[in-house]
Amino acid sequence: MNQILLAVLIIGGMGLLFGALLGIAGKLFAVKVDERVPMILEILPGANCGGCGYAGCSAYANALAEGGVRPNMCPVGGTDAAEKISQILGVENDDKEKLVARVLCNGTPERALQKYIFDGPMDCYSANRLGGGEKICPHGCLGFGSCVKVCQFDAISIQNGVAVVDVEKCVACGACAKECPKKIIKILPAKSKYTITCKSVEKGKVTRHDCIVGCIGCGICAKNCPQEAITVKDNLAAIDPLKCINCGICMEKCPQHAINKID
Amino acid sequence: MIRDLLIISIGAILINNFVLVQFLGICPFLGVSKKVETAFGMGMAVIFVMLCASALTWIVQKYLLDPFGLGYLQTIAFILVIAVLVQLVEMFLQKSVPSLYNSLGVYLPLITTNCAVLGVAIQNITKFGTAEMSFLKSLTYGTSAAIGFTLAIVLFAGVRERLETSDIPDFLKGMPIVLVTAALLSIAFLGFSGLSFQ
Repeated sequence: MNQILLAVLIIGGMGLLFGALLGIAGKLFAVKVDERVPMILEILPGANCGGCGYAGCSAYANALAEGGVRPNMCPVGGTDAAEKISQILGVENDDKEKLVARVLCNGTPERALQKYIFDGPMDCYSANRLGGGEKICPHGCLGFGSCVKVCQFDAISIQNGVAVVDVEKCVACGACAKECPKKIIKILPAKSKYTITCKSVEKGKVTRHDCIVGCIGCGICAKNCPQEAITVKDNLAAIDPLKCINCGICMEKCPQHAINKID
Repeated sequence: MIRDLLIISIGAILINNFVLVQFLGICPFLGVSKKVETAFGMGMAVIFVMLCASALTWIVQKYLLDPFGLGYLQTIAFILVIAVLVQLVEMFLQKSVPSLYNSLGVYLPLITTNCAVLGVAIQNITKFGTAEMSFLKSLTYGTSAAIGFTLAIVLFAGVRERLETSDIPDFLKGMPIVLVTAALLSIAFLGFSGLSFQ
């Protein structure tokens, strides 16, 4: 009897002691959680499928609470979830927001250095196979128009060696973005007229050598943006279309002329 | 004395490496070894947990379990200690290094049931007992085992980062090549079993 009591006492005592310790530590290391995060988590399906582009539902909820993320990115929750989330966040549910394809390269042959002249079959995949295409920059538009061929709306064309999207005609179906072997066509909200027309994540020095209109990740645009809508990651600037107010300061300030207005 | 501790240390890091020779703690070894950075973070967390666990479990064994003849409660008592330590590490990381906390994900709470940590605590007691100097030896063994774990997981993460970009036959893609790599690394570490300090 004594033995059992002793065992219970010792293990129980340890449990109590550690419990109290954890309680204190919990207070000490408490992390402030945005109260909207659990509310958003309630609405999200909780499947952690990653369809939104985040690591899971909680990561998406955190990003939503931080702001700058569209509330309609959950494909499982659909419009229902998007509406509820936008109510919590107090933002407009821009579900019907117009999207448009943007070509993230402006490296025409006279701007971007070329390593050879390709005279094989006129399509991007063939050119890409041969050392990644004519341009030294590994992220440059190949300019052989594979995107043009798949566009059913006649909205994309090759002008001076680089694909250009006609914003009026583009319906943002994403066919060109899927086809592009360099993956430099992105479907972005049309709201922001300014686009960083470069996708080079190489070091600034390398990019500058390869192309005179490449983003070198200097961050001048990010510093000058009044809305703090620009972030620089991996030597490449990115504009948050939701925060962008189309002021155009970034385009003026960019020393590389890598930011362009596309209307 | 120092010689003893050194032998214990080298033994735990290289000769009887916890992951690659004793096959303890394989779960985080495979789970968190995609990037060197997170692997290193995991290693640091394990070093902390193992060091504290070695110290605390020794105290629990010596002053709580042994005097009352409660040796049979060893496993549950040790798990209790380890769980609390892991919780502490988790809270600390969530507060101060949230990025590491996120990338470690579920593997951090899983240290709780990590056989390497429980293994080190139990091996401490069976190897060194609770007699004189055993506390120091336990600490050395615990820390060295964790350093061995870190060494193994960081080396492995380095190899896996290279694997990401290499041309792997289709039938080996994913986990198979990872396990083959782990096996090769294990064979490499078996080479240390020839080390002797007599």
